Amino acid sequence: MTWIPVTDSEREEMLGTIGVNSVEDLFAAVPEALRMRGWDMPPGLSEMALRAHMDALAARNKTDLSCFLGGGYYDHFIPAAVDALSGRSEFFTAYTPYQPECAQGTLQSIYEYQSAVCRLAGMECANASLYDGGTAMFEAATMACRATCRTRVVVDGSVNPVWRRMLLTHCAKLELDIVDGADPEGAACVIVQNPSFLGTVRDFADLGERCRAAGALFVVVFNPVSLGMLKTPGAMGADIAVAEGQSLGLPLGFGGPYLGILAARKKLIRKMPGRIVGETLDAQGRRGFVLTLQAREQHIRREKANSNICSNQALCALRALMYLCLMGPEGLRQTAQACHSKAEYLKSRIAAFAPVLNDGPTFHEFAVRLPRPAETVCAELLGRGFLAGLPLAAVGAGEAGDLLVAVTEKRTRAELDAYADALKEVCCGTDL
Amino acid sequence: MELIYEKSRSGRRAVALEPLDVPEAELNSELCRPAAAPLPEVSELDVVRHFTLLSQRNYGVDSQFYPLGSCTMKYNPKVSELVAAHPGFATLHPHLSSAKVYEPVCQGALELVFETERMLAEIGGMQAGCLQPMAGAHGELAGVLLIAAYHRDKGNTHKRTILIPDSAHGTNPASAAMAGFEVREIPSTPAGVMDFDKLVEALDDTVAGVMMTCPNTHGLFEPQVHEVAERAHAVDALLYYDGANLNAIVGKCRPGDLGFDVMHFNLHKTFATPHGMGGPGSGAIAVGERLLPYLPGPRVVKSADGYTLETIPKSMGRMAAFFGNFLIAVRAYAFLRYYGGDGLPSVADNAVLNANYMFARLRGAYQAAFEGTCMHECLLSAVRQADKGIHALDIAKALLDRGFHAPTIYFPLTVKECLMIEPTETESKETMDLFCDAMLEIAQLVDVDPDSLHAAPVTLPVSRLDEVRAAKDLNCACLA
Ligand SMILES: Cc1ncc(COP(=O)(O)O)c(C=O)c1O
Repeated sequence: MTWIPVTDSEREEMLGTIGVNSVEDLFAAVPEALRMRGWDMPPGLSEMALRAHMDALAARNKTDLSCFLGGGYYDHFIPAAVDALSGRSEFFTAYTPYQPECAQGTLQSIYEYQSAVCRLAGMECANASLYDGGTAMFEAATMACRATCRTRVVVDGSVNPVWRRMLLTHCAKLELDIVDGADPEGAACVIVQNPSFLGTVRDFADLGERCRAAGALFVVVFNPVSLGMLKTPGAMGADIAVAEGQSLGLPLGFGGPYLGILAARKKLIRKMPGRIVGETLDAQGRRGFVLTLQAREQHIRREKANSNICSNQALCALRALMYLCLMGPEGLRQTAQACHSKAEYLKSRIAAFAPVLNDGPTFHEFAVRLPRPAETVCAELLGRGFLAGLPLAAVGAGEAGDLLVAVTEKRTRAELDAYADALKEVCCGTDL
Repeated sequence: MELIYEKSRSGRRAVALEPLDVPEAELNSELCRPAAAPLPEVSELDVVRHFTLLSQRNYGVDSQFYPLGSCTMKYNPKVSELVAAHPGFATLHPHLSSAKVYEPVCQGALELVFETERMLAEIGGMQAGCLQPMAGAHGELAGVLLIAAYHRDKGNTHKRTILIPDSAHGTNPASAAMAGFEVREIPSTPAGVMDFDKLVEALDDTVAGVMMTCPNTHGLFEPQVHEVAERAHAVDALLYYDGANLNAIVGKCRPGDLGFDVMHFNLHKTFATPHGMGGPGSGAIAVGERLLPYLPGPRVVKSADGYTLETIPKSMGRMAAFFGNFLIAVRAYAFLRYYGGDGLPSVADNAVLNANYMFARLRGAYQAAFEGTCMHECLLSAVRQADKGIHALDIAKALLDRGFHAPTIYFPLTVKECLMIEPTETESKETMDLFCDAMLEIAQLVDVDPDSLHAAPVTLPVSRLDEVRAAKDLNCACLA
C-alpha cells in the first residue's frame, strides 16, 4: 500500500522495540469470537484505475445544462483565486487551532471571516461557522430559547420548507413548541427568511419592532449575495441572523460541504454555539488570535454546553472570506444587481404566459404557475438543455404546476431568451 | 500581520464582472441597504499575498508531523482532492435529488451515495448507512435521535437517560443533552476501561441508550463490550458506537458484530478526508436491524432502471437538506476503493503498530497513563515533569519549536497532564523517531533547563498568547 511507508524490515525492528512477535499480538485485547470473518467489499484499485472509475461515475452526471435551479443554492461565479488559495494544503490539512502559535493562519482568517459576516449582515458578532444553513437555523432557535428561557419557536411561511423539516427533526425530543406564523407574543423567537423561499423581498423591520416589544428574539435568515443590494438583517432589527453560505464561493457539490453562517447582537455572544476567535496579544505584545469564550463549548461543558458542535466548516468559511474580499463592496453590489436585473427580465417574459405567484417584489428567484405539471415541463426542458427550476410540489411547497425559477449573474441574455421561448413552447404549444 | 481590512484602499478592485446585458432593474429603496457592504477594497494580488502569507503561519499534515490524538491526522491523498474537484461532482445542483425528474441526470452521484453508504454499512457490520450527518458530533446527534425515534415508536415513554463513560469525548454528553436526554456518567476503572459493575448498576428501566467509544479515548479496547451490549439490550436500551477511533479496528472487527446498534464514522479521520482547519468533515452513520426503519430519509435505492430516491415511512426525518457533505464523501469513497476490502485491514495494523512503537520508546521518560499495549494511540501523563514545574502545555509548546505539531493535551479529562499521541498509519519510522528523540530531549531539559521550556515557542510568528485577555477585552470582529 503506497500510503503506508513502514517497510517489512522496519516492522520487524519496531515489533522488537515493542517486545511482541507479530502485529496480531497487538490486537490481543479484541476477543477472538468478535473478529471479522470476511466482508463484501470491492478489491483495491491502483490510482490509475481509480481515476478512470471516478471519471466514468462523474460522466454519468449531466453538467452541461443551463441552470435555472435555485431553492436556496445557487450557481454563482467563483473567481479562480478562491480555488487556488483555499487549495493550499497549509490550510486544508490543518485541524482546529488547538495550538494557536502554529495556527495563526487559521485563526486570523476566521477572525476576518467573522468580521466579514458582521459587515455584510449589519450584525455585531459571528461564530467561526456551523454545518449549513438548515443546522444554523436550528442552532438559532435553541439559542433563542436559552437566551429567553422560553420554549415557543415561531416559524414564518417565508422559511425554506426543507429547513423547517430539519428543525422539526433536530427538535423532536426537545420540549419545544414549534408553530407556524409570525406572532411574537410569548415566543422565544420568530424566524423569517428574506428573500423568502419563493424569492419575495420584504422589509421585516416592523416585525423586528414587535418582537422587541414582546421580548422575543427576531431571527432573520438571509441570502448573503442578496446583501450586495438588500437591507441587512441588522437594519431590520435582527437579534440573530443565519444563512446558507454556499453562494459565497462554494461549489454546488450536490449538497455540500456548505457553510452555516450565524451572527448575533453582541449581548448574545455567550449564548452562541460553536467556536469563536478573538484578538489578543502574545508575551512580546504582538497581535495574535485565539479561540475564546470556550466555556460555552462541549469539550469543557460537556452536557451543559451550548451545542455539541466540534468540527465545523472552517475551510468553507475561508472560501467565503476570500470570495468577499475578491468581490469587494462594488463587486458584490454588481453581482446582486445583475442577479436581480436578469431575474426581472426573465420574470417579465414568463409573466406574459404564466402567472407569477409572489405577492411582492422578488430578488433573483420567483415562482410561476404553469398550465402543465412542473415535473413534466422540467423533463421536456431537460431534453433542450435546461435545468428549468424546482418543481415546488416536490418539496411540499406548492401545487403540481408550480415552478421555482432562479437566475444568477452567470446566465446570459441569450440563455434567458432561449429559456423563456422553450418554456412557452412546452407550456403553450408551438405557435409563438 | 495586517488584517485584510487594514490593506483596503478606496476604489481598488480585484474582479471585473461582465457588463449587464439586460436593462437594469430597480428595487424600492426601502428594501435596499443605503450603502454597499463595507468589505475590503483590494486587488487580486493583495488577496493572493495576504492568504499565502497567512497559510505560511500554519502547521498542517503536508508539512509537519501532526500526532494530535483522537483526530487521526493521517495523510490526505492527492487523488482524493483531484476526484472531488471533478466538475461532474463539484458543479452538480443539490436539488437534482429533490425531484424525480432530475434523477436521470445525477445517476453517477446517486450511485456514489449508494455505494458509499453500502460500504460503510459493511465496514460497520451494520444494515444500512446514511451520509447526511455533517461531522462526528452531528452523527452522534442523529444516532441518539434515532434511539429516541425507536423508543417513541415502541411506546417506551419512560426511557429518558443515556449512559456515557467519563472518558468519552465532550461531544457525546453534549449530543445526548442536545437531543433532549438526561446524561449519566459511568466511571472508568484504574485500568482505564469502563467500570462494568457500575454500568450494570446504572442500567435501569429509564435507560434509552449507552454511548461508547471502542477503543476508548484511553487507547484501550473495552474488554467487556459484548457483555455491555447484552445487558443493555436486556432492558431495551440501544448501544451507540462513537467511530472516532475506528482507525484502530477497521477491517479487524466490526461494531455491529460487537453488538452496537448505531454508529458514526468520521470520514475526516478513518478515511483520510482533509480536516480543513476544523472542517468540513463528515459524520456519516450506519444502523443495525433495530434502527433500520427510522433512518433519515430519503434514501438512495438501486432499482431496475437505475438509482432512485425512496422515502422511509417511519423515518426520523432529515439531518441535512441533501446527502450531507457530499464532496467529502467523494473523497472517502475514493479512499475506500483505493484500498478495497483487501487493503483496509493494513490501515489498522499499521496505525496500531506505530502507536505501540512510540509508546515503547516514550514510556520510560514519561509515565504511561495505562499499562499494557495500546491500540491506535498512546497516552502519556506528564505528572513527573509537572512535579518539576513543566506541564503538558509546556511540552506541547516545546514540540512546536522543534517543528512538530503537539499531541492532544488535557484530553481525556480522566488523565492528569495528558499527552495523547496518535501517529496514524501514514507516518514513517524516521518521522516517529525524530519526534520521540525530541520528546526525550525535552524530558532531559526538564531537569537541566526548565526555563527554556517555559519560554517556548520562540520560533513561531507569535509566542504564547494571552487567552485571559482575549476573553476579558472581547474583540471578535473588526467592524467597519
Ligand atoms: C472521540 C471523539 N468523538 C467524537 C468526536 C467529534 O467528531 P467531530 O469533530 O467530527 O464532530 C471527536 C472529535 O475529535 C472525537 O475525538
